[in-house]
Amino acid sequence: MRHIISILIENEAGALSRVSGLFSARGYNIESLTVAPTEDASLSRMTIVSVGSDDIIEQITKQLNKLIDVVKVVDLSEAAHIERDLMLVKVRATGKDREEMKRVADIFRGRIIDVTESSYVIELTGNTAKLDAFLDAIDRSLILETVRTGVCGIGRGDRILRV
Amino acid sequence: MQLTGAEIVIRCLQEEKVEHVFGYPGGSVLFIYDELFKQDQIKHVLVRHEQGAVHAADAYSRSSNKIGVCMVTSGPGVTNAVTGIATAYMDSIPMVVITGQVPTAYIGQDAFQEADTVGITRPCVKHNFLVKSIDELALTIKKAFYLANSGRPGPVLVDIPKDITTQKSEFQYPKQVSMRSYSPVVKGHTGQIKKALQILLEAKRPIIYTGGGVILSDSAEKLTKLTHALGFPITQTLMGLGGFPATDKQFLGMLGMHGTYEANMAMQHADVVLAIGARFDDRVIGNPAHFGQVSRKIIHVDIDPSSISKRVKVDVPIVGNVPDVVDELLKQFAAVEAKTDSKALAAWWKDIESWRGRHCLKYKQGKDVIVPQFVVEKLYEVTGGDAFITSDVGQHQMFAAQFYKFDKPRRWINSGGLGTMGFGLPAAMGVRFANPKAQVACVTGEGSIQMCIQELSTCKQFRLPIKIINLNNGYLGMVRQWQEMFHGNRYAESYVDALPDFVKLAEAYGHVGMRIDKPADVEPALREAFTKHKNDLVFMDFIIDPKANVFPMVAAGKGLSEMILAEDL
Repeated sequence: MRHIISILIENEAGALSRVSGLFSARGYNIESLTVAPTEDASLSRMTIVSVGSDDIIEQITKQLNKLIDVVKVVDLSEAAHIERDLMLVKVRATGKDREEMKRVADIFRGRIIDVTESSYVIELTGNTAKLDAFLDAIDRSLILETVRTGVCGIGRGDRILRV
Repeated sequence: MQLTGAEIVIRCLQEEKVEHVFGYPGGSVLFIYDELFKQDQIKHVLVRHEQGAVHAADAYSRSSNKIGVCMVTSGPGVTNAVTGIATAYMDSIPMVVITGQVPTAYIGQDAFQEADTVGITRPCVKHNFLVKSIDELALTIKKAFYLANSGRPGPVLVDIPKDITTQKSEFQYPKQVSMRSYSPVVKGHTGQIKKALQILLEAKRPIIYTGGGVILSDSAEKLTKLTHALGFPITQTLMGLGGFPATDKQFLGMLGMHGTYEANMAMQHADVVLAIGARFDDRVIGNPAHFGQVSRKIIHVDIDPSSISKRVKVDVPIVGNVPDVVDELLKQFAAVEAKTDSKALAAWWKDIESWRGRHCLKYKQGKDVIVPQFVVEKLYEVTGGDAFITSDVGQHQMFAAQFYKFDKPRRWINSGGLGTMGFGLPAAMGVRFANPKAQVACVTGEGSIQMCIQELSTCKQFRLPIKIINLNNGYLGMVRQWQEMFHGNRYAESYVDALPDFVKLAEAYGHVGMRIDKPADVEPALREAFTKHKNDLVFMDFIIDPKANVFPMVAAGKGLSEMILAEDL
């Protein structure tokens, strides 16, 4: 099962390596990991997407909680939540492809944020499936480069993760 | 008051009532050593290799309830210390490691004796710090002591760049420290404990299974009370020995890979397991799938939630400090009217007695060749069962665990988790510093002892009258045993050729050496060592049967009840 684990961690040098080191040392899987400071600059928030059985995910959350710098851990996927991934795609945009690319980007509510005579950079946000669907919808041979931030997520409604 | 970083380090250690620091100086800790030199409250023990310093500090802690402290320099000082730190980490030993680092401005420049200490040690410490400002130094050391000895204990490392040790700051040692990211649970959940008690009262074939957590939390007395109150059989892990008197009738001996027949059979066939401060590791329950074939209820008390339901699924998890939970169990047990099922228990004890009747540890001592079990039994008799026994890793470790009956906690000092050869001798030093009048013996083998033998020099410097019981069979015995059993007698690199003359070696270091090769000489030699040479280090080289193996044995990957007994061969 795919899980989205959110972590509040002291914003200190080495905090990221404590978390990533834990995953590699214990053989846990990381599909994506994002990290940035929160509105409180002394805290960072990390979102990790991992795949594992319930037992493994239980161990992951316990082991994360055991790290001294970790303040809180929540498995977002246990309840209603929203997840977003941001992708920048550089595509070839010449001739008839130029118009078509614009149209597909519009359908996916993407924005073209860089334009040259022969290329676009398209910005897209959404969940992982939506971004994958966009890549499937365009001609693969036109993709020059892609970059994704990895998933970040937040609980719906009253579910709040803070100190 | 403005103090230098080096002064602050020493003042902090003094505030923590540290009496001994085990260490080795070097470039980046010179200013700290200079301050050590100027005071006499803290005694420094100079070892001969940093690994020895860490093992000594570790055993200092294991054999007392104090935090072990060691200090090493940057680069190779740290890398040499890593084995010791990992050893302490695996066994959850509270320890503070102070390491020197190259000056702040040199970090990352591949400076002389630079190593990424925080990076290298991260997976084998409870936590570590790189001190980035002189103003954080005192608070960081305070946090290190707090973290090391609270919750599930463990080693904490503080890496101090050299420039920090010369800068000045106002010194004030924090009285208390709290961290929003760290709040270990103490009391167990009362409702869970109630549920546990209900299961215990209804148990037909119960067993109490305890580990190092009982020793570390100083709960042996409470555990003994609980075990007597319940009347259940009890078994212990290698790390748990001494948590309940080994000479008590309710004790079934150690369980696991080299556990007794009765302990393993009882563990496998129990309908209720009360696990306290233990973690169901691979050397204890063997194959978890085989263990899981029998349906039973498991109650698991541990301070570390991640130890619960890690290898086996637990029915009643109780996260909490062992003494608090045991107290609560005793309190609730006294308050309920229901009693344990005495009829079922009587039948269960009958089963256990029949397993005991197999006498799985029996051995034969002939006239010509010394067998290792006999040496440990005699050591037990000669020391009145009251010595501190350290060990290295291998067959001798298992013989010591099987045949020395520990009635008290903190007397059995060994590297259970990491299994570190070379641990025994420096550990014996640490034990002796923590217990200056105690009898201390290091049960070792000719393979292990050579991994830290340089510490014989430290023992001379500090006049440590340790008795080294070297069970010398000319083989890396445990490796040879596995090769014999699982690798068609192909003894790849397990024969130790060109051994030194240990008697002369001991004498060269200024100690007493003895070589014992006849069974009849074992006891007299031991008596001589512990009486006539009471105040000397005696290296006793026992030439033993090269073919002796450790039984019972649960082969790796097998189930607990699939033991190989000596009589089967």
